[in-house]
Amino acid sequence: MKGIPISALLGLFITGLFFLAALLAPWIAPYGLGQIVGDIWEPSSSQFWLGTDNLGRDLLTRMIYGGQTTIFVASMATAVSFTLGSVLGFTAAVYGGVTDQIMSRVNDLVMSIPTLIFALVVLSVMPVTIPVLILVMGLLDSTRVFRLSRAVAVDINVMDFVEAARLRGEGQRWVIFREILPNALSPLVAELGLRFIFAILFISTLSFLGIGIQPPETDWGGIVKENREGIVYGIPAALIPAVAIVTLSISVNLVADWALNRTTSLKGGRGG
Amino acid sequence: MADTLLEIKNLRIEATVYAPGEKPRDVVIVDDVSLTLERGKVMGLIGESGAGKSTIGLSALSFGRGGIRLSGGNILLNGREIRAASAATLRGLRGKEVTYVAQSAAAAFNPAKRLMEQVTEATLHHGLMSKDEAEKRAVDLFRTLSLPDPENFGKRYPHQVSGGQLQRAMTAMALCPKPDLVIFDEPTTALDVTTQIDVLAAIKTAIAETGVAALYITHDLAVVAQVSDEIMVLRHGKMVEHGTVQQIIEAPREEYTQALISVRSIDHQQKQPTPEPLLRVEGVSARYGAMAKDVLSDVSVELHPGQTLALVGESGSGKSTMARVITGLLPPRKGTITFDGKPLPPALKQRSRDELRELQMIYQMADVAMNPRQTVATIIGRPLEFYFNLRGRKRDERVQELLDAIELGKGFADRYPAELSGGQKQRVCIARALAAKPKLIICDEVTSALDPLVADGILKLLLDLQAREGVAYLFITHDIATVRAIADSIAVMYRGKVQRYGPKDQVLTAPFDAYTDLLLSSVPEMELGWLEKVLAHRRMSSAGN
Amino acid sequence: MHPIPKLVIQRLALGLLLLFAASVMIFVGTMILPGDVAQAILGQNATPEALANMRASLGLDQPATTRYFSWLFSALQGDLGTALSNGRDIASSIAGRLQNTLFLAAVAACISVPLAIFLGLLAVRYRDRWPDKLISAITLTSISLPEFLLGYVIMYLFSVQWGLFPSVSNINDGMSFLQKLNAVALPAMVLTLVVLAHMMRMTRAAILNVMQSAYIETAELKGLRRFTLIARHAMPNAIAPIVNVVMINLAYLVVGVVVIEVVFVYPGMGQYLVDHVAKRDVPVVQACGLIFATIYIGLNLLADLISILSNPRLRHPK
Repeated sequence: MKGIPISALLGLFITGLFFLAALLAPWIAPYGLGQIVGDIWEPSSSQFWLGTDNLGRDLLTRMIYGGQTTIFVASMATAVSFTLGSVLGFTAAVYGGVTDQIMSRVNDLVMSIPTLIFALVVLSVMPVTIPVLILVMGLLDSTRVFRLSRAVAVDINVMDFVEAARLRGEGQRWVIFREILPNALSPLVAELGLRFIFAILFISTLSFLGIGIQPPETDWGGIVKENREGIVYGIPAALIPAVAIVTLSISVNLVADWALNRTTSLKGGRGG
Repeated sequence: MADTLLEIKNLRIEATVYAPGEKPRDVVIVDDVSLTLERGKVMGLIGESGAGKSTIGLSALSFGRGGIRLSGGNILLNGREIRAASAATLRGLRGKEVTYVAQSAAAAFNPAKRLMEQVTEATLHHGLMSKDEAEKRAVDLFRTLSLPDPENFGKRYPHQVSGGQLQRAMTAMALCPKPDLVIFDEPTTALDVTTQIDVLAAIKTAIAETGVAALYITHDLAVVAQVSDEIMVLRHGKMVEHGTVQQIIEAPREEYTQALISVRSIDHQQKQPTPEPLLRVEGVSARYGAMAKDVLSDVSVELHPGQTLALVGESGSGKSTMARVITGLLPPRKGTITFDGKPLPPALKQRSRDELRELQMIYQMADVAMNPRQTVATIIGRPLEFYFNLRGRKRDERVQELLDAIELGKGFADRYPAELSGGQKQRVCIARALAAKPKLIICDEVTSALDPLVADGILKLLLDLQAREGVAYLFITHDIATVRAIADSIAVMYRGKVQRYGPKDQVLTAPFDAYTDLLLSSVPEMELGWLEKVLAHRRMSSAGN
Repeated sequence: MHPIPKLVIQRLALGLLLLFAASVMIFVGTMILPGDVAQAILGQNATPEALANMRASLGLDQPATTRYFSWLFSALQGDLGTALSNGRDIASSIAGRLQNTLFLAAVAACISVPLAIFLGLLAVRYRDRWPDKLISAITLTSISLPEFLLGYVIMYLFSVQWGLFPSVSNINDGMSFLQKLNAVALPAMVLTLVVLAHMMRMTRAAILNVMQSAYIETAELKGLRRFTLIARHAMPNAIAPIVNVVMINLAYLVVGVVVIEVVFVYPGMGQYLVDHVAKRDVPVVQACGLIFATIYIGLNLLADLISILSNPRLRHPK
């Protein structure tokens, strides 16, 4: 653990807690997800740590289960966008020429329509289920990953050490996995963090707009939607997901920042 | 003491280094350096990279780049202490009493403004002349510096003139406010050798005509010998030796100075051609992508086994393209390449593993020629695995043999490239090439990024390896001194064509064609009065025409 | 030919091509299976006859290319079709809402652009000292929060707790300009916060990039004052990247509007779009998508053109 700054350690720790809570949701949640346990919008008490929601369900329970859904969907969408985006991005960079041109132009085209608008257009005809959401989010976001991984790989691909490997007669597999990938890892890890945060924000937004996670399932965006009327009466139940989202994104950001700094230090670290 | 302009006493300069993963620490860049410059004199500051010469130059403006601090000693300019002077005082003297000429004029000019505005800016800002006077002086300086169309030169934007012209424009900018002192910071280093001589001559004339004092910073002793009155040799931020030009060049006292002067005095016995060449390039033309013009046109050369062919030329001459054609990265448009008696397939992909093995390459920038994520053992060991299927202990033993051959010894195998010095990196690249047991190694400017002494070591190693292993070199370089040191035959390239080709003694002996003459005569020699001699010779021959 | 008009024409043509391709994608995006619009409207339990009737009435029995071109040509003439859910003319429903949306976006832009540039300059001036770090921390937090949640936080504080502005942004033609401003105060504030972070960071980076150029050192060594140096040497080179940053963020802002309108129940295009996505009203979604995409592509194109026009190498060719 030497050399990891405290901020990154803290980020790792909190991110870990969130994932742990998501995994262990059924065991740590005090009540059932749909169980009505009290009055509507009760304030926090020793019985209901975060109070109750618009139907009298325990908010802590809803937050834990909602976090499970949010984190699951965001992780899967990130996995889709990352696998697809980085594989295609590397392919475009290494093959170059026409392949690269076609792939890059198609990518530009998809990126020319704002992600949210495109998602709304597609979701207006698709059945809104979790696999569909994961796919739509993952595919749309893979354009960003494609752009970054292609740029990183193109930068590395023109380095003399890659040319040296080609002149030696190495195949594309060695070039990609042994020469390019180890040098591209740090920026990609940092990007992974950013894409994950974006996926959290995106699924929350979709659920809030009513075209994400559908009841009786819930997620953090859904909790806001359910409790939004409370705001005007001064009941802050809808703001609780904000705290969760901010804490999680800042934690992931701290880790991503550290990963990114490691990249720059490697480039500058010639001879120390 | 009345005519002392600049007096630096016991100067100490420090900087804070922010190494990743470490606590910031202070390092001393310049330690206890003193110098005295009299009005109207030129002092050369010379040293290798990291000697602190630029930092000392900028201290005359009481300026520290980045996090650099002038932390101790005195800097007296015109008798006034300026080291810790107020910002207002410094603004008053910068651009008025002292001016600066940077290495890269292309970056030092604001791309959005016309040259005239920038050249006269300091003069007008300090209220030294009226606008008309300043512009008239600028035009006069353009003329002195032999810039084309001096009346209208200032109307252009920086990107509209060439690198050599921009460097002269920067000199005009420095001289315009009639300063007492100009700092020249490697003003000709980024230029081609035939351009360098013009800029050097222009700077020298301008210094002589304006009577300004100067600090001339460079790593090239031969250059500084042409323009300076005295020379100070620096190393690792300390003064090594100080004396008149004559004393330094002709009777250096310190061992380090002697080494700098005797650099490239390698004695190399020229070998005779053998009956069968190893590499034969015949009528090769090549161009990149959809370009309309050939970068190489109708090039034919031969290289004999165990010998060295030097490709010499300036930037844009096509010499590096030759390397790409021979390695198969850029299949030629026309012509053939024969290697070891057999035709070499034009494209990399068509070549057999043995053909690839026998032809290795070493790059200019050893930094980027090695994967920063691989250890030295992996870098050198991979060709052994790939070509000879050597693994485990056998591979490790061979790696160590190769490390011994490049004089690096034990303890290097587990290091990463970032943990090596510039010279060590280039040695590892040589070992990687040797690992393949090649018949030919293409060396693309392998010494030009290195300091002279280190470069010298690399050249000696290459010659030594050639004698032992019988490997042939195709040596691409812009540096004539390197060519003299190692070549058996030479091809002088100019605009994609071979201008002159043959055994070294023939190519380097008169009568010359016009370009080779220009190229050879432009290389600064470590000799007093060389610049005047060359210029006089050129004036005579052009008058004769 | 002078390179600038040539490049500008090239970019414009490219922009048109992109717009055309985007319209194809929006059209195709609504045809991704399973099911079709008729199925989406009538639900899974519809009888085959009902579905067939619906398809015929929507023209779905025509080939896709025919439908696409008739959709595109009517859209170009301002005819966006009729909404499935209520049979109203889409173009006339959108007109007033588009105006409202642009009004909100314009108010947010008027606040955020000067503020972002000012804060960016401030961050550069006090680089790595506390003002810079404070600005960084605030911006990091604000980009860690989805727009809609930021909206509710602002609403909770400024409307419910402190009672400064209305929580619901009702707006109509009868209102005076000031009343309208009061009504959009909160959504404009949220939008400002949303784009401020990016715009400020990018401005900071753009100025720092220029300030680290060698020609700034040259100017400093001429003895120029800091202010003169920035005004005369940094600004002419920093304006283009900053304008570029602004344009890109305005494009982003137009998208952010969609969510914010839902939060504040603001009668704009965004809310209209989201409502009809839930109702699976495909013609409305396509029309709105096309308009948002056009604005987005247009602003990005503008950013591109500005950087071409301000490049001295292109303005004064050799």
